[in-house]
Amino acid sequence: MAVSVALVEAPAVAAAPMSYWRTVAWRLSRDRATLVAGGVLVLIALSAVLAPWLAPYDPSAGSIRLRLAEVGAPGHVLGTDEQGRDMLSRLLWGGRMTLVAGLTPVLVALVLGAGLGVAAGYVGGITNTLIMRTMDIFYAFPAVLLAIAISGALGPGLANTLISLSIVFVPRVVRVAESATVQVKGLEYIAAARASGAGVRAIVRHHLLANVLGPILVFASTQVSLSIILAAGLSFLGLGVTPPAAEWGLMLNTLRQSIYVNAIVPALPGLAIFITSMAFNLLSDGLRDAMEIRG
Amino acid sequence: MSRPLLEARGLRKHFPLRGGVLQRTRAWVRAVDDVSFEVAPGETLGIVGESGCGKSTLARVILRLIEPEAGELRFDGEDVRAASPSRMKRLRRDMQLVFQDPYASLNPRLTIEDAIAFSLLVHGTPRREARERARAMLGRVGLDPGLHGRRYAHELSGGQRQRVNIARALVLDPRLLVLDEPVSALDKSVQAQVLNLLQDLKTERALTYVFISHDLNVIEYVSDRVLVMYLGEVVETGTAEALAQSPKHPYTQALFASAPSMDPDRRMDRLPIAGDPPNAIDPPSGCRFRTRCAFAMPRCAEAPPPWVPVGATHDVACYLYQAEPVSVA
Repeated sequence: MAVSVALVEAPAVAAAPMSYWRTVAWRLSRDRATLVAGGVLVLIALSAVLAPWLAPYDPSAGSIRLRLAEVGAPGHVLGTDEQGRDMLSRLLWGGRMTLVAGLTPVLVALVLGAGLGVAAGYVGGITNTLIMRTMDIFYAFPAVLLAIAISGALGPGLANTLISLSIVFVPRVVRVAESATVQVKGLEYIAAARASGAGVRAIVRHHLLANVLGPILVFASTQVSLSIILAAGLSFLGLGVTPPAAEWGLMLNTLRQSIYVNAIVPALPGLAIFITSMAFNLLSDGLRDAMEIRG
Repeated sequence: MSRPLLEARGLRKHFPLRGGVLQRTRAWVRAVDDVSFEVAPGETLGIVGESGCGKSTLARVILRLIEPEAGELRFDGEDVRAASPSRMKRLRRDMQLVFQDPYASLNPRLTIEDAIAFSLLVHGTPRREARERARAMLGRVGLDPGLHGRRYAHELSGGQRQRVNIARALVLDPRLLVLDEPVSALDKSVQAQVLNLLQDLKTERALTYVFISHDLNVIEYVSDRVLVMYLGEVVETGTAEALAQSPKHPYTQALFASAPSMDPDRRMDRLPIAGDPPNAIDPPSGCRFRTRCAFAMPRCAEAPPPWVPVGATHDVACYLYQAEPVSVA
């Protein structure tokens, strides 16, 4: 009896085919580590967006009498920095800067890089050589060095940080987009679409992009954590956001001399950077696993 | 015989092998070299040869998915190579291709129904009608539109996917179907089902087939006439029957000798050829088969052998049959 029940049930279960994105969502919903990382990121993003309302103090208003208060000091839950500014308020405001400086370059790189990479991969020939060899020039430098060099040349400031980091990430995305495009372009369903008489635009839109964007997106998501660290690094070196604005990397720099006076407060911005970039890493790992296409 | 539906004269496709920083051409892969044939309406032309002999390239050249360097290609009298882009788009409805790999030939992000309907949408069929015709076509190739239509390729078996491929090619109502190893990736039992389906569809829709395979048994079963290819060249053509009964070219003989046969009378004592075919980058001079041929003579290296008629519609390119035919058996 049990067998016949199974036989009846099997087609019913199979009769509900899931679209690709629903499969991905379903897989993500079962991946606990990714869910936790995603939750942490949502909290960080919310705290950054709501900083003006959440922050108990003005992030740039200091008090000489209250410098380097311990964590848990009355009125200052996370203590104060070397100028007596409230750490909690500065961390909340700093998160805005760090997230903007970390996410924007990756988004810019995603749009530009995917466009250039798909074009290079699909058109091939001289176009490919031109685009890819130009990218190689940028790729030849280590990411940190390139970011420092460009930021150094452009001068400090948030806008210049965004530009220099975008230049760092575009070539990386182009490479992934190009290789994914070349691989998909050689598959028979693209040839089949050509044989049906479809033009380049229809093929790219319906057959190529749908199969190429997944891997590009996953790769870009892995770069967010690096971008956050680089943005903080540039600020730390005085090449990024300028004082007195709050930014985690910059806070780390100004607090570093105070580490012998109070070891915990100077570590807080570092901890924030660590947690955020870790969460982005875990999320992109989960995303990659969930998006793996079945044969 | 009426006007051939497809006519190829001296088709040639050499792929450049590029290398170095400047992407200079270092060598040429001679994938298709001076290939000529005709396919009459309603006929099945089989093309057989080892892997790497240029069969798949030829299939793509016929459909102009790969542009040949030289040669003439006529479909129903019309010069295909000279067709304008808009004319070519129209021609594509008349000649379709079924691919070898049932896994790589379906877009993993489209439902089966959408994959088939896409061809129709390209040609301006309204979405609703395209979907209906796609579903009807699915039914015709033996799949249940209700059960399979909304599924994705990875949810189907190899045989089912190949049926989808056939449906996609046929939904445009082509007159010529080029089948590039359509059953090679399938199990034997599924092969038979798909072959029978193809035969039924051919009769039902008055189709003309160019059937490419490395499997002689399959070729013999489906073809009216057969083209034997070796390293980009045609070495022998004839009716399937003539070729099976008295293969003339040493290569064709070797192919038949190496094909497993269930018929004891057809088993040959001769050793099939050994080794891999030489590289198509730098093929042997003269007759390309001479390096593996048991009957190679000095003159085989000098110039390519001319075509010699050995039957009413049976031709072979081999020196063994020139002037005074020498018996090989």
